[in-house]
Amino acid sequence: MTNSLNDILITMANITEKISKLFPQAVIEGDTTPVVTIPNAQWHDLALALRDDADIRMDYLITITGMDWTDRLGAIYYLMSTTYNKIIGVKVIAEGDRQQPWIYSAADVWKVATLFEREVFDFLGIIFVNNPDMRRLFLSIDWVGYPLRKDYDQNPELNPVSTESERQTDFTDVYTLDENGKIVKNEVRVFEKDDFVVNIGPQHPATHGVLRFRTAVDGETVKKIDVYCGYIHRGIEKLCENLTYPQTLHFMDRMDYFSAHNYHHALCMLYEKAAGIEISRRAQVIRVMMDELSRIASHCLFIGTYCMDLGATTMLFYALRVREQILDIMEKTCGARMTFNYECIGGVMQDLAPDFRADVKALLEVLPRNIKEYNDVFTGNVIARNRMEGVGVLSREDAIAYAVTGPSGRASGWACDMRKLQPYSIYAELDFEEVTATEGDSMARFKCRMREIEESAKILAQLVDNIPDGEYCVKVPKVIKLPAGQWFQVTEGCRGAFGLYLESDGSTKPYRLHIAPPCLPQAAVVDHLTRGQKIADLITIGGSLDYIVPDIDR
Amino acid sequence: MEVTTKSMPYEAWKDNEYIEKLVKELQDAGTNIVVGSLDKLINWGRSNSIWPLTFATSCCGIEFVSLGAARFDMARFGWEVARSSPRQADFMMVAGTIVNRMVPVFRRLYDQLAEPKYVIACGSCAISGGPFRKSYHVAKGIEDIVPVDVFVPGCPPRPEAMIYGIMQLSRKIKVERFFGGVNRQESQKEFLAAHPVEGVND
Repeated sequence: MTNSLNDILITMANITEKISKLFPQAVIEGDTTPVVTIPNAQWHDLALALRDDADIRMDYLITITGMDWTDRLGAIYYLMSTTYNKIIGVKVIAEGDRQQPWIYSAADVWKVATLFEREVFDFLGIIFVNNPDMRRLFLSIDWVGYPLRKDYDQNPELNPVSTESERQTDFTDVYTLDENGKIVKNEVRVFEKDDFVVNIGPQHPATHGVLRFRTAVDGETVKKIDVYCGYIHRGIEKLCENLTYPQTLHFMDRMDYFSAHNYHHALCMLYEKAAGIEISRRAQVIRVMMDELSRIASHCLFIGTYCMDLGATTMLFYALRVREQILDIMEKTCGARMTFNYECIGGVMQDLAPDFRADVKALLEVLPRNIKEYNDVFTGNVIARNRMEGVGVLSREDAIAYAVTGPSGRASGWACDMRKLQPYSIYAELDFEEVTATEGDSMARFKCRMREIEESAKILAQLVDNIPDGEYCVKVPKVIKLPAGQWFQVTEGCRGAFGLYLESDGSTKPYRLHIAPPCLPQAAVVDHLTRGQKIADLITIGGSLDYIVPDIDR
Repeated sequence: MEVTTKSMPYEAWKDNEYIEKLVKELQDAGTNIVVGSLDKLINWGRSNSIWPLTFATSCCGIEFVSLGAARFDMARFGWEVARSSPRQADFMMVAGTIVNRMVPVFRRLYDQLAEPKYVIACGSCAISGGPFRKSYHVAKGIEDIVPVDVFVPGCPPRPEAMIYGIMQLSRKIKVERFFGGVNRQESQKEFLAAHPVEGVND
C-alpha cells in the first residue's frame, strides 16, 4: 500500500521543494538520498516541520552520525518517512569552538534521539542543548577526550585499564541556553531522591550479555529503568578509520554475530556502490541465501534462549538442533561456524560447497516439522501464554518514535522490513510476505519471528534450484580506493534496520564509517515498555526484544 | 604417572610437560598415604564436576551455549551445571572481549569465585585483545587482570576446542594437592607463581 501511495502522491523532488520553500537557507544536495544542510538556529524548526508536515512526515529517525571534519564538528540526522518511504539526511554544523560545540536537541521531536544524541556526545563531545539526559553513554564519566575526534589522544596512560570500580553518579546533565545565549549546565537527578534502585546486570543470565539496568522499583513494580551500556564497547568505528576497506569487513561479524552474513553483505554492498563495482548474479543469489539462512538460525536461537529465560529449558535443545544443521551448511561453504568473513568486495570468498543444495533442501524438509513442534511444545502452553500475552505492549506510534525496527517493530503493526521498503540485491524479485502483527505484545514479537522463519524458508525454496552459473567473485583492484563522497544505506539485519554511513576522502581508508545498529533503539525502549510492569516481566520484555549487547555497544 | 582419561590416549594430549612437572613435584615431596589417598579421591570428584560460571560478553558465549546444547553436550563431562552466581561456580570461562568498563566487574566476579578457582581464557579477545587489540577501550588480554589456567585460542574457538580446554583444566585439577594445597593455604596466585608456564607471564 505504501508503495503505490508514494508513487502517486509524493516524490523526493516534492519533498525537497517543500523544504526549500519553508526554509530558504537550507542547502540541498543529492537526489535519491538528499542531504539538507541547515544552520543550527533553524534546525529545531526544521525538525518539527519534517516530522509534522503532511507532505513530508519524516517520523522515523534512523540514526545520528556525529562528524569531525577537523575544522568543524557536526551531526548528520538520517530520517525516513514511514508514509512515503523516503530517506533524507539533515546536516547540522555545531556552533561554538572545539571546547564546547553545541547543537539544538531534537529529543522532543523523535523520542529515540535522546539516546542517539548521548552517543554523539560521548564520541565527539557535541553538546545537545535541551536534551533531558546529556551523559556519556558508553565510556565512563571520567574518560579523557572524545574518541571519534580526529585529534583524539589514544595514549593508554590517559585512560588506563583499572580494576578499581568506576565513579558512579546519580545525576545527569541538562544543558540550556540562558538569555545571553550562553550554555548553562544544570544537574538533574536520574531517579527521584528516595527511589529504591536495584542493579540488574551486567552479570545477569537474563540480560543476554553484559547490559546493565539500573532499576527503580516500588515493591515488585518497576518505576524507571536507566539503561547503562558500554560493558562491551570495543570502539569498532574508530578502529575502522585506521584500516583499509577490505580490512574493516571482518568487524561486521563480531557485532551482531547472528547477522554476520547480513551485516557483511550490507557493508560490501555499500563499498561496491561507492566504487561502482557490479557483482555477478551468482554472488547475489549466494549472499541472499546466506542472509536468509542466518535469519533462520538467528530466530532459532532467539526461540531457544527466550524460552529458557521464561523457564522452558527444553526448548533450547529443540531450537539449537535446527541451528546446528544450518551451521553445518555454512561451515561446509565458509569454513567456520561463526564469524564467517564470507562476503567480500566483489562477491563472496569462495564458491559454494558441492552439497550445498542438497543440504539446504534437507533443511527445508525438516523445518516445517520443527516449527510445528515448537508451537506444540511452547506457543500454546498456558504458562507461556500467561507470561507473554499483553505483556510489554508497544504501540505502532511508539515503535516508530523509538525506532524499534525488525520483528519487534513489525509485531506492533509497523511494516518496516527494509527488504520490502528499500529493496536491495535481488529481494525485489522474490516472493515473500512481510510478517506483521497488531498486538504489539511479547507474544506477537515471538510469533512474528516464528513466522519469519517460514518466510525465509520460502525464499530459500525459490532460490535453491535457481542458483545461476557464473563467477562467484568479480575481479576487483588489489588496493581499493573509493572516490571522495558520502553514502548512506539501510538494509535488514536479523533484528531490524541496519544503517551504514560512509564518508570517504578518496584514500584507501574510510574517513568515517558510522554503524547504526538495530539493537540500540531496542535497548532505549526497555524503560518505556517496563514502566508499571513487574520485575519478572522485565525478563519477558527484554527477551522478546531480542537485542544483542555487542551490537548495542559496538 | 600418566594423567589422562579413558577415552583419550596420553600421547594425544598437548602440554604434557606441564602436567608431568606437577606430578614430579608431588612425588618428590613424598605422599602421605592417608592424605594422598584422600587427595586422589577428592580430586577425582572435583575434576569430574567442574561447574562453570554463566559468563559471556560476546561471540564466544554463543559457542558456549552450543556447548551446553544437545550436540556437544558438556553434561557428558559433568560441566553442565552452569551457575549464575560466582559463589557457586568452580571456574570461569572468559568468553569474549573484556573492555575497560567491564574490567572492575570482571575482577570482582573473579574475587567472588570460591577457592579453589580456575580461569579459562577463551578466544583471542580474552587472550590478547584479538582483533580489537588496537582499540582505545579494550583490555589487552585478561592475564593482566586475573591469573589464567588454560588458554583456548580461536575466534571463536570451536566447541570441540572448548571441550579440550576444559579437559586440560580437569587434568590439572587431578594432580593438585587439595589438602594443604590449592584449597587453603596457597592462593591461586601463589600457586601459579610457583608453577610458571614457559613463555607465559601470569
